[in-house]
Amino acid sequence: MTERPLPVPDRDTAPFWEAAREGRLRIQRCLGCGRNVFYPRPVCPHCLSSELGWIDCSGRGSVYSYTVVHRTSEEFRDQVPFTVALVELEEGVRLLARLDVGEPRVGMPVEVAFERVSDELSLPHFKEVD
Amino acid sequence: MTRDRLGAIAGVAESDLGVVGPDRTSLDLQAQAAKAALEEAGLGLSDVDAVFSAGGEAWSPTMAIAEYLGITPRWSDATNIGGSSFDAHVGHAVTAIRAGRCEVALITYGSTQRSQRSRSLGRTGEIRGPAQFELIWGLPLPVGAYALAATRHMHQYGTTAEQLAEVAVATRAWAALNPKAYYRDPISIGDVLASPIISSPLHLLDCCLVTDGGGAVVVVSEAVAGSLRGKPVWVIGHGEAHTHLTIANMPDLTVTPAALSGPVAMEMAGVTHADLDVVEVYDSFTITVIETLESLGFCAPGEGGEFVSRQRTAPGGDFPLNTNGGGLSYCHPGMYGIFLLIEATRQLRGERGEAQVPGARLALVNGTGGVLSSCATVVLAGD
Ligand SMILES: [Zn+2]
Repeated sequence: MTERPLPVPDRDTAPFWEAAREGRLRIQRCLGCGRNVFYPRPVCPHCLSSELGWIDCSGRGSVYSYTVVHRTSEEFRDQVPFTVALVELEEGVRLLARLDVGEPRVGMPVEVAFERVSDELSLPHFKEVD
Repeated sequence: MTRDRLGAIAGVAESDLGVVGPDRTSLDLQAQAAKAALEEAGLGLSDVDAVFSAGGEAWSPTMAIAEYLGITPRWSDATNIGGSSFDAHVGHAVTAIRAGRCEVALITYGSTQRSQRSRSLGRTGEIRGPAQFELIWGLPLPVGAYALAATRHMHQYGTTAEQLAEVAVATRAWAALNPKAYYRDPISIGDVLASPIISSPLHLLDCCLVTDGGGAVVVVSEAVAGSLRGKPVWVIGHGEAHTHLTIANMPDLTVTPAALSGPVAMEMAGVTHADLDVVEVYDSFTITVIETLESLGFCAPGEGGEFVSRQRTAPGGDFPLNTNGGGLSYCHPGMYGIFLLIEATRQLRGERGEAQVPGARLALVNGTGGVLSSCATVVLAGD
């Protein structure tokens, strides 16, 4: 069994993964134009500002789209079927994540629920809002 | 009306297709196709002064094929925007030709992904850069990304699995007329729906093939075309665009970059939708076709499913589409866009026998690359 691919935090993304380890979903906010930015990067893709801060998200959002995966690469094969979703956060950005629900649907209200994969790393999964 | 001739396609060819065996290489397939395309054009290696290529094993695909064939180009373009690269190369080639920088451009592609079993759905190990937010979830790529688009299209517009299947069934019917097609037995909508789900809502038969194969296209100036014996196919419009690399960053999962490249190409060509006789669009997945037809404006957003219903795009239907059997049934060696050009050229020369669209004079080609990331549109006219 090959190992599942894992993120390597870098200068841009380390604050995201540090917060994730503490159970917080954190994204960038541009101090130049006020818009939220995900994935993390050193220059705002809306206004070219390099003044980007971080905000804690509510952790809530809705499912923009999803797919139930039945066939995939070897390292994930023991997990099928599983659901991968594009989640639109309340803060207006979209991210790809696992969706841990029985019957996914577009528009479903969801909230983040971190999955601990090691002492250093937790990944943002989402579950249905009760 | 008289349309601007930006350049001409003077020769096209495939290499061996399907499963070529483990003793073949991508360069070998490119050379085989290039030789056939140049011979069809009536040109020699010394006439080629520009090379265009993408993909393959070499770090520089244009230097690789140029060395292999003994070409010393004065124009070299290895633009890689995925499977649409070669359709973009046509636009780049005629632009360079019109600027007087070259006269005979050779575009090639080859892949032995099937025989080398090199195609992978995912990646292992440590993921660096923006990909660390995309490749860690087990989403099979590219199919999972197209599945996300399909789910969204179905939700937003009520598109059905049966409508997606219509595309696969019609494309297979065209493949039945193409002796070079990998799969030629007819299939039904029921067959598509009964095939295994790969990544919902896409079934196995909603997905393109994984084959080997190569192709070549020779693009020449109007002056060179006039000196050749063969029937030229004129390039009269082109456009290209990309909107994202990763699926999470696609602005709208139901609109492809064809919405940007299509109007540019059609305006340049001075053609309307009704003028076009035959359309060849990248069919990586059935949803790609439905979203492409909408994005190109052949129907309104959301009406793509209805548009392809009742086998409208099959042989005998009133919208001839993917007349070689497409990436779904004819061949799909990883980056398919060059085969769209080959088929459109043959249709406009009237060479397609049983699959010939009667009186075809104008064709539109639209390549799509990545995960609905890039599009390149080319409008072609018969002589
Ligand atoms: Zn900004």
